[in-house]
Amino acid sequence: MTEKFVGTTRKVSSHQSQNEALLFEKSAPGKRGYKLPALDVPEVSVKALLGDTAREEAASLPELSEIEIIRHFTRLSTWNFAIDLGMYPLGSCTMKYNPRVNEFVSRIEGIAEAHPYLPEHLAQGSMEIISLLQQCLLEITGMDSITLQPAAGAHGEFTGILLVRAFHESKGNPRRKIIVPDSAHGTNPATAAVCGYEVQNIRSNALGMVDVEALAAMVDEDTAALMLTNPSTIGVFESEIAKIAEILHAKGALLYMDGANMNALVGKARPGDFGVDVMHLNLHKTFSTPHGGGGPGSGPVACKAALEPFLPVPVLERRCDGALTWNYNRPQSVGRVRSFYGNFGMFVRALAYILANGPDGLRQTTEDAVLNANYLRKKLEGIFDLPYTTPTLHEVVFSDRRQAQKGVKTGDLAKRLIDYGFHPYTTAFPMIVPGAMMIEPTESESREELDLFVDAMKQIAQEADENPELILSAPHSTRVSRMDETAAARKPILRWKP
Amino acid sequence: MRYLPKSPTEREEMLAEIGVANIDALFSTIPAEFRLSRDLNIPSQMGESEVVAHFKAAAAQNGAGYASFLGAGVYNHYRPIVIDSLIQRGEFLTSYTPYQAEISQGTLQAIFEFQTMICELTGMEIANASMYDGATGAAESVMMAARITGRSGVVTVTTVHPEYREVLGTYAQHQGLPVTTVGYNAETGRVDMATLDAAITGETAAVLVQSPNFFGVIEDIPAIAEIAHAKGALLIVSIAEAISLGVVRPPVEADIVSLEAQSFGVASSYGGPYCGVLATKEKYVRQIPGRLAGQTVDRNGKRGFVLMLSTREQHIRREKATSNICTNQALIALMATIFLSVYGREGIRELAEHSLAKSDYAARTLAATTGSRQLFTGSPRFHEFVLKTETNPEVLNSQLLAAKIIGGLPLKRWYPELGNATLWCATELTTRTQIDRAAAVLNRVKA
Repeated sequence: MTEKFVGTTRKVSSHQSQNEALLFEKSAPGKRGYKLPALDVPEVSVKALLGDTAREEAASLPELSEIEIIRHFTRLSTWNFAIDLGMYPLGSCTMKYNPRVNEFVSRIEGIAEAHPYLPEHLAQGSMEIISLLQQCLLEITGMDSITLQPAAGAHGEFTGILLVRAFHESKGNPRRKIIVPDSAHGTNPATAAVCGYEVQNIRSNALGMVDVEALAAMVDEDTAALMLTNPSTIGVFESEIAKIAEILHAKGALLYMDGANMNALVGKARPGDFGVDVMHLNLHKTFSTPHGGGGPGSGPVACKAALEPFLPVPVLERRCDGALTWNYNRPQSVGRVRSFYGNFGMFVRALAYILANGPDGLRQTTEDAVLNANYLRKKLEGIFDLPYTTPTLHEVVFSDRRQAQKGVKTGDLAKRLIDYGFHPYTTAFPMIVPGAMMIEPTESESREELDLFVDAMKQIAQEADENPELILSAPHSTRVSRMDETAAARKPILRWKP
Repeated sequence: MRYLPKSPTEREEMLAEIGVANIDALFSTIPAEFRLSRDLNIPSQMGESEVVAHFKAAAAQNGAGYASFLGAGVYNHYRPIVIDSLIQRGEFLTSYTPYQAEISQGTLQAIFEFQTMICELTGMEIANASMYDGATGAAESVMMAARITGRSGVVTVTTVHPEYREVLGTYAQHQGLPVTTVGYNAETGRVDMATLDAAITGETAAVLVQSPNFFGVIEDIPAIAEIAHAKGALLIVSIAEAISLGVVRPPVEADIVSLEAQSFGVASSYGGPYCGVLATKEKYVRQIPGRLAGQTVDRNGKRGFVLMLSTREQHIRREKATSNICTNQALIALMATIFLSVYGREGIRELAEHSLAKSDYAARTLAATTGSRQLFTGSPRFHEFVLKTETNPEVLNSQLLAAKIIGGLPLKRWYPELGNATLWCATELTTRTQIDRAAAVLNRVKA
């Protein structure tokens, strides 16, 4: 493998990976991975009890023994890259270390086994966890009220925009438009549409920030809110945030903040202090709950007092005897957005993270995240094109402009990074940067790992000059090479068939 | 701070290389008046042992050592140990959504296996990679049906989980989707067919029912499908208790099945995380929300898996997407996949049979206690049943709690017409002793 590199690859060497068929291909009738306890009540006849609602034919699930199941999923796991293996600089995704104590405490019996319909006096421990997490998140964001019900970031956006809508409706008019910057996450316009709003895009200025003059011209009495990511998706803090809030508020519109990038602000600045009316957080980004291959997440929504009456039901309250209770009687509520109280297991993990950090740890975390991103920016800015030179916080967005001249695009460079032992950065986003290479190292990387990354990026840039084919055909070191996605989409195979 | 891999000297050296005097210089773009110049007012930093102690204390504040008959959308089934040991592998736990297929084949193949198993269980042709939960899954199914039919109304039944209906209400109100809710037959506990038929109009996009329904009663899906389809509406079947599919006929006549997979090895965890999933017919593949893993080949013709048809999704389509869903419940879907591979073809049926037997014994035993009777006895049901008592459920439950038993869920909150009714659940983990003890308490209680 090494001969395929122009320099040295200090981070990786080749390693065997085992082949593994699909579960169904390993199945054989009569194999068992379970044993039920003996039945201590009389047996029943399914047909007699269920009649024609009884299942005739068993579902064709695989039949395997326990060791085969362990090997199957262990082998599969070795085909994944993960934070535990190394730097995962996916911009906007905040792939930070997921502390193991979080996993442990979420599995403590009294916490893991609590049924959501337990009588309240038997669920006070769970409710105290929710209460303390809410207090911490309110202090971190500088907001007045919060709901933890949304199950993910996009679900939080949905909830937040419903609050916006309910707020305006209470004033007699839901309004018609939501303004979304062209640098925004795709979920923002999708959310606005799901909530029945018309999406109005606003272009960024030369600094990569919201064009305040354009905004002033756009906002009117029909504007419900601006959905703003701050710092933005290019990592830039909207310095004119006070002015932005003022423009919106002058017309009765609200400022919604997408909190995807809160890892740049925790302990350093609070959205509630700079004019934000409502925002969501991603516990799976900023607060270290594991991404788990795509979820579960958790997307709490925090708001100012004016929006509090509209929060989803139920709302946690403390009674005068000190006990916590769920209040369902909230006539102005937008309703429920998820069953029960949200992804509670994620609350446990996020709170464990906050407690392990404390105020000093959270601030240091933010500072290290920003330090790491700026270190990479400094080390790589001569090598890759930096379309926006505005100072950045927790992430940096380069473009493939120089390498593209040799026919090597951001997606190709990203694939080549895999051969050097790194997960790719985020490609082709945000849309305001053609050929974007969006890098977010997070605080979890040591200087040594960052230096290895810089080395790899420099070598890849050199390869783009000297041997672009090496990059265009990358990755070379993985179990599978690039997938034929076009064929897959033309005739989708979405399940195994015998 | 133990999670941060840097020495103070390294920080200084890095700042010097960047060319700034101190860390605050990197935050200078934040206007001074918005920079926080104090510590956050949150608990101080704890050692790991203190973190553990904090949560153990919280756990101790919850009730412990109770036998529970609660179900109502969250079910207590045994969770095989291998699930937790496998999902704690960092390669599953600490990876992102598998957009980079070459280094995500483990997650992708597992999703493909999950989708296949869901199809097998539900009798549908395709399934997605997961939704947040059964409630949002049901709401998204309705929106999907509206896209498919071009119609704008939904007819549902009061026996769909009350919280699912509340979530549907929240989603529907901003989609221009009027929701009509019809009642159940007081004798059978099943949807009232005549009312349902009358409520479906030429503008009805979908009929949404749950089976087994909130009372544990299994609906007559073929008959409901017939009246929905006769008027051009789609049928969505919500299944809150996935284990029921081990013995209950799959809703093959449905157009969309919205399943809550919590029963497949997922802890109740005070309400989440759980795992919704949508299954449907192949012809609707471009209208299904959420992620889909598909099989393809790499450049060398080797089998592999990718996320596909992402042109339906928000990161490509923005405001024209099928849904705004992005992060889903991948790790929970993996738990379900491992659960289903442990039990397999025979185990899932046996498990459901055991639950059915326990519930049958519990229903007969409790209905025979003084002043109690079971409702909807003529209808087929899975492992939940409604008990009507002469005694107020609050009184009854406090007596049970004194005996370390959490009794049935009082239904008055959602179904005032049922009076002193409670919803009981027994699974394979419920023991005969627990059932007999509960019956003894019921026999002692005075109204």
